[in-house]
Amino acid sequence: MAVATGTGEREIELGYRRRSGVLGSLKHGWWLLRRYPVIPVIILLALAVAAIIGPTVSPYPRDSGEIFDRHLPPLATSERTGNFYFLGTDAIGRDIFTRLLHGARISMQVVIISLTAGMLAGTALGILAGYYGGIFDELITRFVDIWYALPFLMVALVVTLIFGRGLTVLMFVLALIAWSVFVRVIRGQVLVLREMDYVASAKVNGASAIRIMWKHLLPGVLNTAIVVATLNTSGLILSESVLSFVGAGIQPPTPAWGVMTNEGRNYLSTAPWVVLVPGGAIFLVVISLNFLGDWLRDRLDPRLRQVD
Amino acid sequence: MARFLAGRFFSSLISVIGATVAIFILVQFHNDPRELFVPDSGFGISEEQWDALGVRMGFDKPVWQQYLNWMGRTLRGDLGVSLARDRAVTELIAGKIGATVQLAIGGWLIAIAVGIPLGVVAAVKRGSGWDYLARGAAIVGQGAPPFVTGLVLIFVFAVWIRDTPFSFLAMPAGGRNPDFNFKDYILPCIALGWPAAAGLMRLTRSAMLEVLDSEYVRLARAKGVGWNKVVFKHALRNALIAPVTSALLIFSGWLNGALVVEIVFSWPGIGYDALFRAVNDNDFPLLLGTVFIFILIYLVFATLADIAYTIIDPRVRLN
Repeated sequence: MAVATGTGEREIELGYRRRSGVLGSLKHGWWLLRRYPVIPVIILLALAVAAIIGPTVSPYPRDSGEIFDRHLPPLATSERTGNFYFLGTDAIGRDIFTRLLHGARISMQVVIISLTAGMLAGTALGILAGYYGGIFDELITRFVDIWYALPFLMVALVVTLIFGRGLTVLMFVLALIAWSVFVRVIRGQVLVLREMDYVASAKVNGASAIRIMWKHLLPGVLNTAIVVATLNTSGLILSESVLSFVGAGIQPPTPAWGVMTNEGRNYLSTAPWVVLVPGGAIFLVVISLNFLGDWLRDRLDPRLRQVD
Repeated sequence: MARFLAGRFFSSLISVIGATVAIFILVQFHNDPRELFVPDSGFGISEEQWDALGVRMGFDKPVWQQYLNWMGRTLRGDLGVSLARDRAVTELIAGKIGATVQLAIGGWLIAIAVGIPLGVVAAVKRGSGWDYLARGAAIVGQGAPPFVTGLVLIFVFAVWIRDTPFSFLAMPAGGRNPDFNFKDYILPCIALGWPAAAGLMRLTRSAMLEVLDSEYVRLARAKGVGWNKVVFKHALRNALIAPVTSALLIFSGWLNGALVVEIVFSWPGIGYDALFRAVNDNDFPLLLGTVFIFILIYLVFATLADIAYTIIDPRVRLN
């Protein structure tokens, strides 16, 4: 693994001086790769590009295929239609690359919306609980504890059972998964911040509770909220793919990556690429997000290292 | 200790009640479970039969009374009768839980047997090939969703390997034979245990690195204690606290992984055969029963983990 990030690499930081020459440049490149999450950022940028312009430039229709071109391997050119399939075709002859691009947009959309919703709700509740304390705080912490005890897949299955399957319900479920982490971490920070002198002086100057929370506490916990959000994005993408795979998330024929993996499951011996391509895509994105999240955490909020 | 257990018992009780009440309320929003008994044509059941079904399921009473009835029966060890399969829920769960427990224990053993030693080696030989191997495996374990790991394992060890000279390594692709076959367990247990092994390995490695860097380890080295003795007697015992606690807690969070692994490997366990189908069939007694059992399992293991904590690390006092 070329990209080892994090502050643990002390010897690199201390014992390194850039030298001239080709070898020196190569070494410097290697050092940059280890120091900064270059490769993860490239992968995530590619994902972003795929999600934004991918569906418009994608060569083939999303949900219909050439049935006689079914199960063509990657980089195959169809002899019948002359179509070139970059990542092969699936069981009904749909271009996997096209579906992958569409799936990237859907996953991004779902994760960004649900994460934002979870972050807003969780941060707000965390600040309220931490600032007011007392019975309100007790209630919220207890509830978060109980929420932790429930396996998320069970919660998701029950919620989809009751509200039906679909995109909105999926986002709702993912927001339900996301919010509780924010409450825990943010509340802990607010408990420290609210004892600070500047909060006390704001109070003495007659600031209202809302003003204190909005102007004095929120900016203090914003970094943490962003770090927690990055650290949880990969988890949410995993959850989304698992739910779609199990059948409780995005419904076929919409091409979420989890759905695509599930569709290819029965053809593993004849057409493994139908599973390996979307599965590999999920894997790459999750790993990249993990690296980026760790790096951001070490930069913005090293204290969280102890938390998870 | 007694006070701690009493407190834990009380908070566990609140958790169980909270979760079951939540599900009871949520089920109220959903379709009438009686629809399960109506044939697809929509005819064939009379008004009276419909009402009689309602009385049998207790729908004529208010929700809180239904809940209390359910609680009362549960305390007497009766989880009701499954609507879709017309059998006692306890019987259904008892029939399925064995396969899940076997899977869970297998994955757990793999997680511990691989994760902890690899973490120790990676820390002691930091920067070596072992370290990179361990960290690479951990990255894969934490990045790949369980269904991808499972399907890739099936692809490699059940499909692709048959065409290679290593075909003697081929494994069954899924399912469980009625008579015990060791090979049936290997791939599902690896798929389930890998992410947990990755987490344990990272925990062990960082704890071990921290301890090896501490004053007392350096003192022990300075007064001439051998390296092996320092590693195993001085460092390991202190470094293992966090991994052991989290090893006990793995079980609790394992339903998520187990359900997916059971689906991928067609494993006849409680996650797939009870929970998943209860949700699909709108079979609410079975759903409540499984949820209840899962929460119970979680709470028992969380308490055990806390107790194990005090035994390993006498500095921790429970209150």
